[in-house]
Order: sequence, then structure tokens, then C-alpha cells
Amino acid sequence: MSTFVLIVVTSLGLAGLYFLLAAGLSLIFGLMNVLNLAHGAFFGIGGYAAWLTMDRLEVVSSLGLRFLVAVLVAAVVGLVVGALVERLLIARSYDNHLGQILLTIGLGFALVALLGGVFSYDAQPLVQPAWFGQTTELLGARIPNSRLLILAVAVVLLAALLLFLAKTRHGLVIRAGVENRSMVEALGIDVSRSFTLVFALGGLLAAVGGALGAVYFNGISPALGTTQLIFAFIVVVIGGLGSVTGTALSAVVVALTQQLINFYGAPGLGDIAVVGLLAAVLLLRPQGLLGAVAR
Amino acid sequence: MSAPLLEVKDLHVYRGEAHVLQGVDLAVRPNRVTALLGRNGAGKTTTLLAVLGLLPGRGTVRFDGEDLLAERTPARVRRGIGYVPEDREVFTALTVEENLRLAARTPEAADRLDMVHELFPDLAARRKQRAGSLSGGQQQMVAIARALLNPNRLLLVDEPTKGLAPVVVRDVVAALEKVAEQTTVLLVEQNLRVAERLATDVVVLDHGTVVHRGDMAELFADTDRASALLGVSAATGPARGPSAGGRS
Repeated sequence: MSTFVLIVVTSLGLAGLYFLLAAGLSLIFGLMNVLNLAHGAFFGIGGYAAWLTMDRLEVVSSLGLRFLVAVLVAAVVGLVVGALVERLLIARSYDNHLGQILLTIGLGFALVALLGGVFSYDAQPLVQPAWFGQTTELLGARIPNSRLLILAVAVVLLAALLLFLAKTRHGLVIRAGVENRSMVEALGIDVSRSFTLVFALGGLLAAVGGALGAVYFNGISPALGTTQLIFAFIVVVIGGLGSVTGTALSAVVVALTQQLINFYGAPGLGDIAVVGLLAAVLLLRPQGLLGAVAR
Repeated sequence: MSAPLLEVKDLHVYRGEAHVLQGVDLAVRPNRVTALLGRNGAGKTTTLLAVLGLLPGRGTVRFDGEDLLAERTPARVRRGIGYVPEDREVFTALTVEENLRLAARTPEAADRLDMVHELFPDLAARRKQRAGSLSGGQQQMVAIARALLNPNRLLLVDEPTKGLAPVVVRDVVAALEKVAEQTTVLLVEQNLRVAERLATDVVVLDHGTVVHRGDMAELFADTDRASALLGVSAATGPARGPSAGGRS
């Protein structure tokens, strides 16, 4: 029983990472029809921003406080990088889907190479507060605190994102734009202003995911985000393009399926099962669990 | 005669390979309702979409003397053009209130909300309901209400009674009559009885060109001419004919 609980909670931590990487991807595609294949690099950039902060910000002696600063730095870096990528690159190719794909693939490769060139391709271990390595007992299982932290941050960001979408004018425009962009423009609203915001938010979420991913994977390497991107895409499709709640639900389903089958079946079988799950959803419910609704 | 509020000259629009509008010329006079009629595929909806900038066009589109073609859709709309699309296109995942809140872009919108609720009391009662769960008639009310929230000078209204039950058609027409008292309207309508009741001027399109423009009452008084232009039986009479075309 305790092993099962441990795997479930660990899976929920992984689900948190998948959600953070996939939520921006889903909103970007849902609103802008842009398949951002460079999104994994935002995850990596966030990881390195956190790593640098933890490594260099010795003026903050408390590692817990320093990690909080590291996550905030990653968030700001992700926000800025996301906004810059949209304004400088993506905005020039909105009517050219092939161009977007080639551009974002190239950007993804270039950013990974840049990170590798600057920080080396070896994984860099993250300095962590001792509390992260300790455990908390839950239903007889000893859960690493880091998993609980990742889960908690993901839940808080999910709630904040839903609140933003539900309660703000920008959120309203994004939700409407995901459903019918032309009609939003026909109401006199310049949707392209929301594009930058959505890209920046996507960058922020992915970068925070990268900072937490450096904890989950015990370090950060340039291609870590890119290797997780395939699972993020699966999460997006299963959840329904443009649906934040669907993405969260799907992240939990994918992570649980992957981890439980990897443990109780055979290592690697869980990854194959996730692809099977994707195929089943595409056959039976191609719009995904919650369809194209930004909520 | 007053200067036209909307003036379209030699407008050409392609949809894929199809040359849908082949040099459309029309003028919409202020404080009038102009019906844009024609058979299926004549180019009525395409004309509205091109005026709004939702389809690219070549030629001249002037609103209040200003050329619109170089502007994107939001800028054109902000000049004071409201749009009630064919098939309503309400945001189904948003509530009625959110649909209206989204459309409200001017300071006057808050005051005009009372007028909208007076016109469509059902919307006030259903403000927390998802628009996707409304009936077709209620969705049409939301679509019209969105266009009325701002003090637009021109409303482009595309087949507002399409697919509605007769009792709902009556309500929608009554609402549009009130709207027309204050706003210039360019109306695409397949229900000729409705078009005849609402419109003062008429433009008839055929195969992407204007084949008739003039006074609505005069056209419908000449049943032979109306039948020839709109493809409805003269025996039936255009005022009772069910259709003069669909989306194009």
C-alpha cells in the first residue's frame, strides 16, 4: 500500500511538471494556432536560471529562501524570453504555419545548443535545501518533500491561471479567442496583443517547471525540457487544445499511467502505454478530454 | 441626397481560387436600412466580411469618407461598425454576461446595457447561463446585443432570422426595427418578407456584381422585376417568398 501511495504522489509531482510545460503550449496553440516546438527550451532556460541563482546568490544564506528567489528569477526570465520570442520571431510568421514549425524547431535546437555551449552538456546538480531531501509520512508512505512541493506549486499556478482566465479582461479575451478568434476581432478587440501575453505566460509556466524539474530530476541539462516536450504534447492533445483544466487533468492521467505501469509492469512500458493512451483518445475523443475551451 | 456612410467601389474578393466579388459597387446612406439581397453564392456574406476586413479585398471601402482597406478588422470596428454574423457565432463557453462584457469596448456600454436588457429581457434573466446552452433565438439575441452595446454608426447584420422559429423571428425583427431607428444598417436577409419590412433601400447582387440598386418598396412593387432578380416566383410574390439565397 505504502509503495502505491508513494508512486501515486510521485506521479502527481511529475504531473505538476507536465502541466507547467503543457499549459502554455496548449494556450498558445488554442489561441494562436502556433505549435511552439521551442517550448521545451523555455523549460531548460528556467532550469538554468534557477541553477545559476542557487549557485551564485550566496548573499542569501538560507537555501529555502534562495530557492524561492530562484523560482521567481526563473519565472521572470521565462516571461521575458516568451515575450521576446513572440514579438521578435513568431509575430512575423502568423500566416505561415510551415514557417512557424521550421522557426520553432530551429529555435529549440539553437537554444539547447546555446545552453550547452554556455553551461556544458553535462547535467548540473542543483543546490537544494535539506528539507527537499527529507520525507513526510502520508498514508504509511514516506513521500519526498520535493514531490509535495512541486505538486503544491503546480496546483497554486493552476489556480492562479484559472483565476486569471476567469476574472480578468485579458483572460476573457483569451478564452473567447481560443473559441473563435475572428469573432473577437470583429468585436473590435486586437487579439494580437493577447498573443504576446499568452506566449509570455507560457514561457513563465515552462520556466518555473524547469526550476522545479531541476529538483525532480536532481539537476539540469540543456535538453531536459526538449526530452519532456513529447510528453507535454501528449498531455495537450489528450487534455484538449486550449483547455487549461483539460491539460491539468490530462497531466495527472498521463503521469499516473506512465509511472504506475513503469513500476508494476516493466520499466519503459509506461512510456509506450502513454502513447497508446494518446492513440485511444485520438480515436474515441479527438477533441480531447475537455475540448477547445480555455478554462 | 446625403453622402453615403459606407461606400464600396470596385471591390474584388477571392475565396481560394473563386473570384467571388467581381467589382462590387454599393453605397449605404446614413439612417437607412439597406438590404443586400441575391441568390445563393451571389456574394452577400462575402461583401460584409470584406467590409469588416475578415476577408482580404481589393478596391475601395470607405466609411464616413475614410478608406478602410488598409486597416485591420479591430481598427475598422472601432470606427463604429457593429457586426451580427450569420450563424450567431456567440462564444459558447462564455456566459451571456461574459459575451456582453467582452463586446463592451466603449464607456457608453455600461449605460447601453440597460437598453439591451430592455430590448431582450430574456438575456438579463439568463446572464449567468453559458451561451452554448441557449436556444438559437436566444443566441441571436446575444449576437445582436453584442453589436448594440457600443454606439456604432453602422450595423452589418447577416441573416438574423436564419433558422429561427416564426415566433422568434417576430421578436428579432421587432428588435431590429428599434435598432434601425437609431443606427444605419446593412442587412443581408434571406427572408424577403423581413427584408421588405425592415429595409428602405436595396442592393441586389448576382455572381459577385451588383445588378440592381434602388428603393426597396419600388422593387417589390414590380413583382416581375423582383422575381427576375431574386429568383422567387412572381405568383408567390417576393414578400411571401421564403428565400433569396444563403451564404456566399
